[in-house]
Amino acid sequence: MSSYLELTARQRIPAMFDAGSFEEFLPPSMRIVSPHLAQLDAAVSFDDGVVVGRGTLGGQLVFGAAQEGGFMGGAVGEVHGAKLVGMLQRAIDERAHAVLLLLESGGVRLHEANAGLIAVSEVMRAMLDVRAAGIPVVAVVGGANGCFGGMGIAARCANTVIMSEEGRLAMSGPEVIETANGVEEFDSRDRALVWRTTGGKHRYLLGDCQVLVDDDVGAMRAAALDAIAAIAPGQAQLTVDGLLAEQAMLERRLRDTQGMSEPMDVWKGLGVPDPAQVPMLEPAAFLALAAQHRATPHTGER
Amino acid sequence: METLNYRFEAGQRPLRGMPQLVGVVGSGNLEIMIEPAPLKGACEIEVRTAAVGFGATWQAVMADFHARWSLADARISINDMGATPAVVSLRLDQAAESLTDPSPAGGTP
Repeated sequence: MSSYLELTARQRIPAMFDAGSFEEFLPPSMRIVSPHLAQLDAAVSFDDGVVVGRGTLGGQLVFGAAQEGGFMGGAVGEVHGAKLVGMLQRAIDERAHAVLLLLESGGVRLHEANAGLIAVSEVMRAMLDVRAAGIPVVAVVGGANGCFGGMGIAARCANTVIMSEEGRLAMSGPEVIETANGVEEFDSRDRALVWRTTGGKHRYLLGDCQVLVDDDVGAMRAAALDAIAAIAPGQAQLTVDGLLAEQAMLERRLRDTQGMSEPMDVWKGLGVPDPAQVPMLEPAAFLALAAQHRATPHTGER
Repeated sequence: METLNYRFEAGQRPLRGMPQLVGVVGSGNLEIMIEPAPLKGACEIEVRTAAVGFGATWQAVMADFHARWSLADARISINDMGATPAVVSLRLDQAAESLTDPSPAGGTP
């Protein structure tokens, strides 16, 4: 076992791609840094918090990116977003076999205001363009900072989301909810509550992530290879049928969980007999349990 | 932010390989980019730090680093978010190790 969560973005890339195959676009030596942060007299990073490029994965040409959660929580600024978009567009131009996104982000970098918001929306559009070109997009969420805000939405624009139990995926992050609605609504320091509402097990049960693996780089890499291989040619695109199935799943989920605010009630609503045990279950036992109860689109896995 | 520049002349150990980046610009941490550069045998270091007013400490840490490594034709660029001197020294050693041959005695300073 070797933790994925503990690695930096720059360590995750060679651990996930075939050894020595990754070629970085706009490497840090080119010093493409945020002009906004410099104006605010804030610290910049030579890669603006993201590694983008292309390599091989299982011998196939795969484009990819890794966000660095340690730099401003992986937040997306103008340069950071433009690097992601440029990589995604080039994946289309060069007919990549797949795109692998190692996401770890709090969402928009608020220092960059509208430029950051636009950047995130451009990332989403570019991801859908990649899928429209028939290229599968796989997102991995397993970093300590989770995947929130606009990047939480972007993750769900992928064909497949792979998570670890330690990973977190949501729209508003815990501190944002507490700040906006008060500690009675959500106590961001209650770590068990935070993981119950955003963690990998919850997302897997709710059908928001398709694959749950141990926090291990080998398991993550194997899951990424499997996820790409599982998407048949012509299956990467968004389809009306796929969207209708997703919509039906969301409607059913909303109906089943109406008025519930505690995730354990939601799990009970899904039919889990002893929801209090869920956080403590070992991965194999959890997956066996989840197989009977998790919400998935009725037409099968996307 | 404060920008500090250092230059140490007549280094002995040249660098080999592509530019390397070590560390992360996070609280109490820093990133260091190290790259070969034609500097007439010198090692140039530029520090951009969020902690203003610690020039004397940086000077001492950099002088110690040069005494350990004596890098030649090396450019080092640092983005710092308040790393302590010990962390800076460890990161500098990590950066230097990434672009130098292993020392013949085995082990590195």
